[in-house]
Amino acid sequence: MGRTLAEKVWEQHVVRRADGEPDLLFIDLHLIHEVTSPQAFDGLRMAGRPVRRPELTIATEDHNVPTVRGPIADPVSRTQVETLRKNAAEFGIRLHPMGDAGQGVVHIIGPQFGLTQPGMTIVCGDSHTSTHGAFGGIAFGIGTSEVEHVLATQTLPAYRPKTMAIEVKGALPFGVTAKDLILAIIAEIGTGGGQGYIVEYRGEAIRNLSMEGRMTVCNMSIEAGARAGMIAPDETTFAYLKGRPHAPEGEAWDTAVEYWKTLRTDDDAVFDKVVEIDAATLTPFVTWGTNPGQGAPLSSVVPAPEQFGDPIERSAAERALEYMGLTAGTRLTDVEVDTVFVGSCTNGRIEDLRAAAEILQGRQVRTRTLIVPGSMMVKLQAETEGLHEVFKAAGAEWREAGCSMCLGMNPDTLAPGERSASTSNRNFEGRQGKGGRTHLVSPQVAAATAVTGKLTAPADLV
Amino acid sequence: MDAFVTHTGTAVPLRRSNVDTDQIIPAVWLKQVSRTGFEKGLFAAWREDPSFVLNDPAYAGASILVSGPDFGTGSSREHAVWALQQYGFRVVVAARFGDIFRNNSTKMGLLPVVLSPEAVETLQKAVEADPTTEITVDLAERQVRAAGETWSFEIDDYTRWRLMEGLDDIGLTLRHADAIAAYESERQPWLPKTA
Repeated sequence: MGRTLAEKVWEQHVVRRADGEPDLLFIDLHLIHEVTSPQAFDGLRMAGRPVRRPELTIATEDHNVPTVRGPIADPVSRTQVETLRKNAAEFGIRLHPMGDAGQGVVHIIGPQFGLTQPGMTIVCGDSHTSTHGAFGGIAFGIGTSEVEHVLATQTLPAYRPKTMAIEVKGALPFGVTAKDLILAIIAEIGTGGGQGYIVEYRGEAIRNLSMEGRMTVCNMSIEAGARAGMIAPDETTFAYLKGRPHAPEGEAWDTAVEYWKTLRTDDDAVFDKVVEIDAATLTPFVTWGTNPGQGAPLSSVVPAPEQFGDPIERSAAERALEYMGLTAGTRLTDVEVDTVFVGSCTNGRIEDLRAAAEILQGRQVRTRTLIVPGSMMVKLQAETEGLHEVFKAAGAEWREAGCSMCLGMNPDTLAPGERSASTSNRNFEGRQGKGGRTHLVSPQVAAATAVTGKLTAPADLV
Repeated sequence: MDAFVTHTGTAVPLRRSNVDTDQIIPAVWLKQVSRTGFEKGLFAAWREDPSFVLNDPAYAGASILVSGPDFGTGSSREHAVWALQQYGFRVVVAARFGDIFRNNSTKMGLLPVVLSPEAVETLQKAVEADPTTEITVDLAERQVRAAGETWSFEIDDYTRWRLMEGLDDIGLTLRHADAIAAYESERQPWLPKTA
């Protein structure tokens, strides 16, 4: 019987297999940031252990960094960033600190450097590590104990998750983005729907996505509960990688591409579960609740809790509407928004900024609007293209790179009761600031919303 | 980590689903570089509501959290596990857990127990009716016992053994250093290096 992509990549990385034990899996790339690593380095020091493969490890500062120029004002944030600097120096790990041209959100810089390649295993103490699966590797988030484990051994003990195919049939209609697609998928299968699985996204609509769109889809796999999401590499993948600083060159490139082409699910392989999505039915999507599965087409209304048959879902919806300050039956396009955030590891790449700029060109924003590039490289590219001038002319704020308002560990937060349209990945209670209310949207919807002050699809702009 | 064989204690019923790790420990608490002091941040936003179940003195001293489904979804922050443990919890019972949270728990010796939604409901009702109800979580027998009933739960043999022995994963893996070195010697040369 054939094998799925996930099975092929997994098997390639098994260091040791024994009955009744998890596989010991080799990790090709370990990404580090300041929040989930300090206690792991402490653990190494206490045990007198070195980092086994510092040259397979890269660190950056992203969660705490301010997005306006200048030092970190919060002393606790500053200490955390300084701790990463000390640890990186002590253990010999490459670090891209604030102000460095390579700094940025950890899941943005890996692909930009060409460090994220097909068939690799990639981990990071961050759940959105699933982003890197867009290149056809297995990439997943880990906790601090596992960060320490990878630092010490460059491996992880793990049981192979089950495999799920999400087949997106047909083509996405005009104006429907990768973000709308993944939000619709999560609403369909639920926040626990992917639990215990590695998801492979397949089908025409997936193949037609750019690498950046694929990263947006894989990024939010964790929001459906999946351990990882992945997409088979193809010519789009190879074209993205070619010429990047860490991509193979010359003969090594040819050998690598030859191998990468084998990284696809065999025709006779069997997934543990298959979900089909009809792309043609999709429209711009938005969340109305406090978990990413609580979403609906932007053209619809805030649902009534009574619509949910399951009592647990019903009470979750009741609670969500209360927290969000929404009334059932309200048209989503009537929901007024205070702040728009364009950025994050989900939608902080150059194509996202181009999409927002296209809509903001020649228009004015009515909301507080933060445009936060995912990395310094994205920022430079955007400025080369003049996008920053479009944003500034529209009245939006053009910021430095970082995680920013996705989780509000830096000063970019919502005030209690403040409502955002956000291109990030989580609408949890208080995620963007205590008492803040988040609607997850695509960059296009975010930009259109900034223009009208209400949740708006670009097609509805005059 | 401390070994876990069996534990008997009282419980807190948490009647919420999708208890994401941002609720368990809000991001502002993640700025600490130490491993201690996270109990103060446990459910920090929810605890501001006097009617939140953790503020009910009837449940003071409870060591088992019985939650609605999809507990520990979202962020990979292990701080969520530390906060629960440092507050005094040894066990979380739910019908489904976020994968990363469950993994983090077993690395630290906080036992995540998956029971059916019906069993969770029964436990919650029993504890709500009588907060002094004692629940026994027996990892050796893979059983939860309370209110005259017994439920079995699943956990793989290896994780169970590691928890019962209180073993550090890194030490176990380093026993296979030769296998790691052998694997490393055969990796493809084109694979990227950061330095």
